[in-house]
Amino acid sequence: MMPSTLHRVAPWATALVLVALWWVGVKLFHVESYILPTPFEAVQALVAYRAALLHHGLATLSTTLIGFALAVAFGLCLGILVGTFRIAYSALYPILIAFNSVPKAALVPILVIWFGAGTVPAVATAFMLSFFPVIVNVATGFATIEPELLDVLRSLGASRFDMVAKIGFPRSLPYFFASLKIAITLAFVGSVIAEIVAGNAGIGNVMLVASSSFNVPLVFAALIVVGIMGVGMYAIFALFETRFASWSARGAGGIERMGGG
Amino acid sequence: MSYIQIEAVDLHYRRHRHEHVAAGVFALSQANLSVGQGEFAAIVGPSGCGKSTLLKLIAGLVRPTHGSVKVGGKEVTQPLKRVGMAFQNATLLPWRSIRDNVLLPLEIVEPFRSQQRRERSEHRERAEMLLKSVGLAGFGPRMPWELSGGMQQRAQLCRALVHDPAILLLDEPFGALDAFTREELWAVLQALWIERRFTVILVTHELREAAYLADKVHVMCARPGSVTASCAVPFSRPRSLETTFAPDFVALVHDLRSSIGEAAA
Repeated sequence: MMPSTLHRVAPWATALVLVALWWVGVKLFHVESYILPTPFEAVQALVAYRAALLHHGLATLSTTLIGFALAVAFGLCLGILVGTFRIAYSALYPILIAFNSVPKAALVPILVIWFGAGTVPAVATAFMLSFFPVIVNVATGFATIEPELLDVLRSLGASRFDMVAKIGFPRSLPYFFASLKIAITLAFVGSVIAEIVAGNAGIGNVMLVASSSFNVPLVFAALIVVGIMGVGMYAIFALFETRFASWSARGAGGIERMGGG
Repeated sequence: MSYIQIEAVDLHYRRHRHEHVAAGVFALSQANLSVGQGEFAAIVGPSGCGKSTLLKLIAGLVRPTHGSVKVGGKEVTQPLKRVGMAFQNATLLPWRSIRDNVLLPLEIVEPFRSQQRRERSEHRERAEMLLKSVGLAGFGPRMPWELSGGMQQRAQLCRALVHDPAILLLDEPFGALDAFTREELWAVLQALWIERRFTVILVTHELREAAYLADKVHVMCARPGSVTASCAVPFSRPRSLETTFAPDFVALVHDLRSSIGEAAA
């Protein structure tokens, strides 16, 4: 088999193996379906509740994307600020670290008190969970610029804006796109958590209702939906990355290739 | 009167803002240097003697603690705008093609900057001509990582010269290259300089390189750094590799070596 075909097949093969293990485990130990359903039962639930899952899936997707978009805009601005000005770094970084250490699930009830149950807390939680990697990565891209390069530009009389536009921003793009892949998955985690705690729509809400009525196959069907949406969005941003920052990935398979000689 | 004039310059780096000056690092002490317009000057000396700092002073990237740095009769108080710099690392932007790397200064320096849209094709031609003159014809569309180290240094030279700078500052630009590539690039640099006659200050620790390229070699000593000897190089241009094997060339390099030995003692 060609190596490229092998790479394309590999993730599906891993998924199949995991599903098979799941199935064999359930059958072997005679687990009841209200504790752990078989993959087949999960898929059955997926088909049976497809209309509801589609509706709530789209609700989760839209809150996630809104929160994610806000996080990207906010993270990009703050990342550039923190990466460009030392004083911004000193002033903001400790606060950001402190904020990122707070478990966001604990904040959802407060958000509900402020904004009421529904979409806003979910968007806010998705935002809070996903902006941090964007800031850190963009700031890293700026902070690791070679000092000689800045000397070249300064000796040409370049303004600070020139340096950000010509060097800082393009240089941090690979870091930025890498952070998007992490941030989108975290945004899903955030919105689903908020929906579980205080939603009236969305996949998280479906899971809450289903588990309170011991409809565990439906819980798993909902998990599959979240997983598929997560992988889908990840794939989209991975595509962005190869399209806009391909220069940084010139040695694809770097270590493997270097080691193999 | 000299074009670049450094007089009695002291420079202390303070590691912390509130640290007393004397507790910081003495990079330069009572350093003097004068370079005429269109002259090719080389600065040699042991590592850590403040050679690179001297370049930054001339470019206006750092200010002296005491003393004066003048270029063209004017005190340098901010980064000079028409300087070209090149370093040991090629520092090409990996996301730009070789040609776009060479064009970078034209996107920043006036008057090129405001002509960018109208004269795009002229600028491109300018870059291609320069690339051709250093032996990189046809490499414009390539990406930096596709080029060898020596080729990247050629491209860096083009970037440093594309905006017709009055001064070219070179900080060990050939230091990381193998001996043969280095000698090839000496010839390339000499040809460019003979054609354009910009003022060059080349920092290097390779004495043959200094003697091959420069009109005048300045020797620095370390801690605190200052210029201890200056020595004119009389050989006619263009010099070739043959020149470097002539007895008086070898004698000159020998002299330079012993003056560095004295400076270190």
